[in-house]
Amino acid sequence: MAKNFSIKHQPGFTAIAATCFIVLYLPIIVLVIYAFNAASSTSEWGGFSLKWFQSAWQNTQVVDATLRSFQIGSIAAVLSTIFATMAALATTRTAPYPGLTFKYAAINQPLMVPEIVTGVALLIFFSRIKIFTGYSGIGYLVAAHTAFCIPFAYLPIRARLENMDLTLERAAADLYATPWKAFRRITLPLLWPGILAGLMLAFVISLDDVVITEFVKSGGQDTLPTYMLGQIRRGITPEINAISTAFLLLSVAIVTLFFFVSRKRD
Amino acid sequence: MPDKPDRNAIEVVNVSKIFGSGEGQVAALDTVSVSIRENEFFTLLGPSGCGKTTLLRLIAGFDFPTAGEILLYGQDIAPLPPFKRPVNTVFQSYALFPHMTVADNIGFGLEMLGKPKAEIKARVAEMLKLVKMEALAGRRTSQISGGQQQRVALARALAPQPKVLLLDEPLSALDYKLRKEMQIELKRLQHETGITFIFVTHDQEEALTMSDRIAVMSSGKILQVGSPWDIYDKPAERFVADFIGETNFLTAAISEMANGKARATLKSGATIEATVAQGFQPKPNATVVVRPEHAKLTKAKGELSGTVENIVYFGTDTHIHVHLDSGELFTVRQQNTRSAGCGFEKGDKVGILIGNDAAQVLKD
Repeated sequence: MAKNFSIKHQPGFTAIAATCFIVLYLPIIVLVIYAFNAASSTSEWGGFSLKWFQSAWQNTQVVDATLRSFQIGSIAAVLSTIFATMAALATTRTAPYPGLTFKYAAINQPLMVPEIVTGVALLIFFSRIKIFTGYSGIGYLVAAHTAFCIPFAYLPIRARLENMDLTLERAAADLYATPWKAFRRITLPLLWPGILAGLMLAFVISLDDVVITEFVKSGGQDTLPTYMLGQIRRGITPEINAISTAFLLLSVAIVTLFFFVSRKRD
Repeated sequence: MPDKPDRNAIEVVNVSKIFGSGEGQVAALDTVSVSIRENEFFTLLGPSGCGKTTLLRLIAGFDFPTAGEILLYGQDIAPLPPFKRPVNTVFQSYALFPHMTVADNIGFGLEMLGKPKAEIKARVAEMLKLVKMEALAGRRTSQISGGQQQRVALARALAPQPKVLLLDEPLSALDYKLRKEMQIELKRLQHETGITFIFVTHDQEEALTMSDRIAVMSSGKILQVGSPWDIYDKPAERFVADFIGETNFLTAAISEMANGKARATLKSGATIEATVAQGFQPKPNATVVVRPEHAKLTKAKGELSGTVENIVYFGTDTHIHVHLDSGELFTVRQQNTRSAGCGFEKGDKVGILIGNDAAQVLKD
């Protein structure tokens, strides 16, 4: 062979790559640009303005939905990360046994079951509980979000645990550390980047959810995404663009942080 | 050799370890018994899969025996978890805690034992000095070399003053020069601390140079326990003779057995004096071993005769392979001098002289 094979030197590679990037990012760029539109149209440019950001900021419904999203997201992220950490420890710190693969599948089930199915199932299930208990608060949303966030938190934590040298825990035990102390002093500190990554991933996933939230929420329990969906039905103003842009910035910030945290100490 | 008290630090009594169940059952250890004396450098030597690491893991508490007892100064520790045993381990991979400094690693055991901070600090400083790592106390363990990691692993395991230190092939990851240095270093540490060392290795040279006593293991059993000299010069059976060093196997008829000595009549008809392994049962075709450096080649007549088949130069010495007239093969190792060659050539008719204290009769 005259030259080493390189994908970069295949004909058309640059064109395909450019097309992919344009298709991916052009709509987002347009959306962001029109967030700064002075006119009240999402297609005709009327000069630069920050008024839609201001309008969104002063819209109590937006603020309310945002706060609710953050509340649900943070509680669900913390809870799902705790469950995911326990599940990851239980499925990695053991000799393989029949049924272990089934447990992996059960933990990751929310990734495979269509969201709409989970949404409908939870709607029916929770409505029974509502009738029975009379409680109709935000707890249902928190429970639903916690459940579907578990696999997202579980995956980075398990990956981290699987890469960890088991001899370290053995060495701690050899040096008089009880199992709890060995976990606190050795396993947990080494696991932190994985746990933080899982936590952030779960938070972003919860923040972003529409389908399940739409089915489970009661009246007046809009999260930011379901509020936006509701607004679009009534015609779009650049306020939606402004909210989306802020949302985008936040997600990018969290994912960037996630990237740096999971890279640390490797 | 310094006087070793006859107190036993570890007694392994009829210990078996069986992995798996039913038909796939494997006995990693098969009713093993051995006593390890206080303050000795004891080596478990054998090929991989012989059960030496399993035995070490049972003493450390990472695994529990299927049957038998492990006594530490008379107390059965076999059912105790590792964190309740006053025994520490130096791991093959060192297993240093990557999120802690060198000093924190060394102090970890003392901290877990609940020692006061001042005492830990003093002891860590003492340990750093012992392994000559004072300058690197504040470093992360990922920022030091393999040899330095090895020293930290040693210091960490020695810091809590264990009754017994277990070493699981700790030198295998080091290059040749560093390994030689660490062999001497380990011997010095053992001497200075006075702690009983149990060392696992598959490297027979390492075992011979460092140990007070060696247990040679194969297929889950201990075949022979003795000083390096015993193991090398008086192997009890074929596996031991073959695994350690190089040796020549000859068939002989044994007569006049008395006081551990006998006369062995070789196939060539010559009779030589030989020591006899304990437990030898008289039989017509016994096996006699002679180390290549304990025989001499001559152009005159010897106890054996044959033709030179091959000559291999090794720097310090030359190995001369002789095809005996009886059909067996025999190697003689001859010390080299600077000026002359070995004095023999391929195809030479030669005799082999076997001295009075060169042969050992095996029991199998």
